[in-house]
Amino acid sequence: MSAFSALKTIPSHPIAGGHRRRSSPFLSSLTNTAPTGHQLHSSAAISVSLSHSVIAPGRPVRAVSANVVSEEKQLDGSAFPVISREEALDLYEDMVLGRTFEDMCAQMYYRGKMFGFVHLYNGQEAVSTGFIRLLTDGDSVVSTYRDHVHALSKGVPARAVMAELFGKATGCCRGQGGSMHMFSREHNLIGGFAFIGEGIPVATGAAFSSKYRREVLKEACDDVTVAFFGDGTCNNGQFFECLNMAALWKLPIVFVVENNLWAIGMSHIRATSDPEIWKKGPPFGMPGVHVDGMDVLKVREVAKEAVGRARRGEGPTLVECETYRFRGHSLADPDELRNPAEKSRYTSRDPITALKKYVIEHGLVAESELKAIDKKIDDLVEEAVEFADSSPPPPRSQLLENVFADPKGFGIGPDGKYRCEDPGFTQGTAQV
Amino acid sequence: MDSNPRVCVMGEDVGHYGGSYKVTKGLATKFGDLRVLDTPIAENSFTGMGIGAAMTGLRPVIEGMNMGFLLLAFNQISNNCGMLHYTSGGQFTIPVVIRGPGGVGRQLGAEHSQRLESYFQSIPGLQMVACSTPYNAKGLMKAAIRSENPVVLFEHVLLYNLKERIPDEEYVLCLEEAEMVRPGEHVTILTYSRMRYHVMQAAKTLVNKGYDPEVIDIRSLKPFDLHAIGNSIKKTHRVLIVEECMRTGGIGASLRSAIIDNFWDYLDAPIMCLSSQDVPTPYAGTLEEWTVVQPAQIVTAVEQLCK
Repeated sequence: MSAFSALKTIPSHPIAGGHRRRSSPFLSSLTNTAPTGHQLHSSAAISVSLSHSVIAPGRPVRAVSANVVSEEKQLDGSAFPVISREEALDLYEDMVLGRTFEDMCAQMYYRGKMFGFVHLYNGQEAVSTGFIRLLTDGDSVVSTYRDHVHALSKGVPARAVMAELFGKATGCCRGQGGSMHMFSREHNLIGGFAFIGEGIPVATGAAFSSKYRREVLKEACDDVTVAFFGDGTCNNGQFFECLNMAALWKLPIVFVVENNLWAIGMSHIRATSDPEIWKKGPPFGMPGVHVDGMDVLKVREVAKEAVGRARRGEGPTLVECETYRFRGHSLADPDELRNPAEKSRYTSRDPITALKKYVIEHGLVAESELKAIDKKIDDLVEEAVEFADSSPPPPRSQLLENVFADPKGFGIGPDGKYRCEDPGFTQGTAQV
Repeated sequence: MDSNPRVCVMGEDVGHYGGSYKVTKGLATKFGDLRVLDTPIAENSFTGMGIGAAMTGLRPVIEGMNMGFLLLAFNQISNNCGMLHYTSGGQFTIPVVIRGPGGVGRQLGAEHSQRLESYFQSIPGLQMVACSTPYNAKGLMKAAIRSENPVVLFEHVLLYNLKERIPDEEYVLCLEEAEMVRPGEHVTILTYSRMRYHVMQAAKTLVNKGYDPEVIDIRSLKPFDLHAIGNSIKKTHRVLIVEECMRTGGIGASLRSAIIDNFWDYLDAPIMCLSSQDVPTPYAGTLEEWTVVQPAQIVTAVEQLCK
C-alpha cells in the first residue's frame, strides 16, 4: 500500500518530534505550513494508477503531512525516534557539509576565486539530504543550477566540486562545466543544467534506461532516478510533458519540486494560477505529495515511500517540498523583494538547527559529537579550498578535447587525414 | 537493432504505425513496444529523454516525424545533445541518432518544408549527415548508430520512393566522407540530398553541351570532407554549390568560407552558390518550384562559371 492512500498511517511512532510542545520546530511547522497541502481537496482526481481498494471513488488524495496532522492526536508521549543513531549522524553531517560548503562558496566568490552565476542552497539542505542519502550508488540524481549540494549529498568529493567552481582542471568536469553543470559518472549525478526544465527530460531518459534494462535487457535493475527542480519550472512545458510520459510508462522516477516560493524575483503566487504544485501529480496519473521541506525527517519519510514506489515498479511520484533559500537567487541577486518577516519565519525553521535539537533531545547523539562533526566538515571544506587553489587551470590543449567523444567528428582535413590526427590540432581551432 | 540490444527507436508513430514514411515499418512487431517507442507529441521532452537514455547506456534513434518538428526540440539538441559531453568534462557520451524527413516536398506548405541543417550547423559537438540514395542511407544510418557522437541524419521527403539494389550484408559508410557521384574535369559541383538529382539532371544537359562536370555529394554537412572537396577543386579550379537550404546562413555559406580558407589559391573564378530563396515555402505549385533550385538554373550557372 502506498503512503499516499487515505488510510496509510505513518506508523504510530511519531514523525519528527512526538513532542506536543508548541515550541517544537517540527510541530509548529506542521501547523504553520498553510496554505498548501493540508487542505483536503475533494476535487482531486483519483488517478487510475493508484490501485488502492481503500480509496472509495471521490475520496480525495491526501497529502502525507495532512495524514500526520490528523494522526497527531494518536501520537503517544513516549516518543521513540524515527531514525537510528547512525542515520542521525549521517543526516547531520550531510546537511552541515552542504551548509558549510555553500557558505565557503560565498566567501570565495567575493574574494574573486569563483565567477559567473553561483546559486547557493542555504536553507534547502533537508531536501537534498532527505532524498539523496536514501539512494544507492546506482541510482541517478538530476539537478538544476542549484546543484552543489546535490552533488555533495550524492557523494561527489567536496574538493572535486570546489575545484570545478574555481575552474580548475581537477574539477569534476575538468573545469568545463562550472557551478551550474556538475556531473559525475561515478556517482550517477547527471547534471547540473542552466535552463530550467531541461534536466527533467534527461532524468526521464535515465529512468527509461532503468526500465529498459530490466524489461528488454533482462538485467536485475531497479535503479531509480530523482529529478530536482524548482517552483518556477513547474510552469514550464517540459515539466508537464515528462509527468505525462513518466506516468504513462511507469518510469522509476521521483519528481521533487523544491518550492522555495521564489524564481529570482518572481513570487510563485504571482506566476502560477494554482500554486499547489503537488496537485498536478494526480491529473497525470501519479500521486502528488506535499511535505515540509525544512524538516529532514519528514522529507526522508516521504522519500522512502516515493523511492520505494519507483523501485518496486509502481511508477513515478510528484513530491512538492516546501522550502526556502536563505540567500538570494544567486550571489549576484540583491534579494530586495523578499519580505524580511518571511525570511525570518523560515530561518527560524533552519533544518540543521531542527535536526540538531531533535537528535539531542532524543538522546541519539551528544552535542559534543555534533560539534566534532562541525569541526570535521570545516576542515574538509578548508582542505577542498586548498586543493582547488593549488590545482592548475586547464591548459590550452584541453580546449578541444571533449567536444566529441569520437574526435573523428572534427572531420577530414585537406591532406586526407583526420584533423584530430594532426599533433598540432589541439592547439588549433575547432571550426570545420 | 538485431546486433545490439541497446539500440532503440523513439518518436511519434514509429511503432504501431510504422513511421510516417514507413521507415520503421515492422520493427515494433519484431522488437516490442519498449524498443520501438511510440511517444506522445512532445518533441523537446522525448528528445531529451533519448539524450538521458543515451547518457545512461542506451543507443536511441530519435525520429522527428518531420525534421521541422525538431525545432521544438532545439533546447535539447543544442544544450544537451551537442554540449553535455563537453560540459561534463567528457564523462558522459551521447550516442544518439536524430533523424527524420525534411526538405521541400510537394506543396506541403512552409512549416512542413523546412531545412534545419542550417539552423543546427553551429551547434558544437554535433555531426550532421545527409543521405541521398538507398545505398548511402543504409550505410550512413549504420555508421551513425555505431558512432559515439550525436549524429543528425537528414532524410528527404521526396527521396523515400527511390529504388536501388543494395547489398544484403552489413556495410558501414564513413560519416565524414563525401561521395564522388560523377568524376569530371571542368567544374566541381558540390551538393547534397535531393539537389543531387537536380544536379545530375542538369549534368545530362551539360554533357550534351560539351561540359564535363564533376559532381560530389558532400554527404557530411558537418564536418566537411575537405580532402575530397579540395582534390576536386585542385583539378577543376571552379566551384558551384547547389543546395536546398536557404541562402542566408546556409550550408553553402559555410562551405564557401571553408573553401576560401583552404583552397583560395586553386580557384580560377568566384565560388557560385545556388540556394533556395529566403522565403517561407509557398503552397502554390508554381511558387514552390521557383523557391528551390531547378536543373535549368544549374546549367546556366555552370555555363557562366566556365566562360
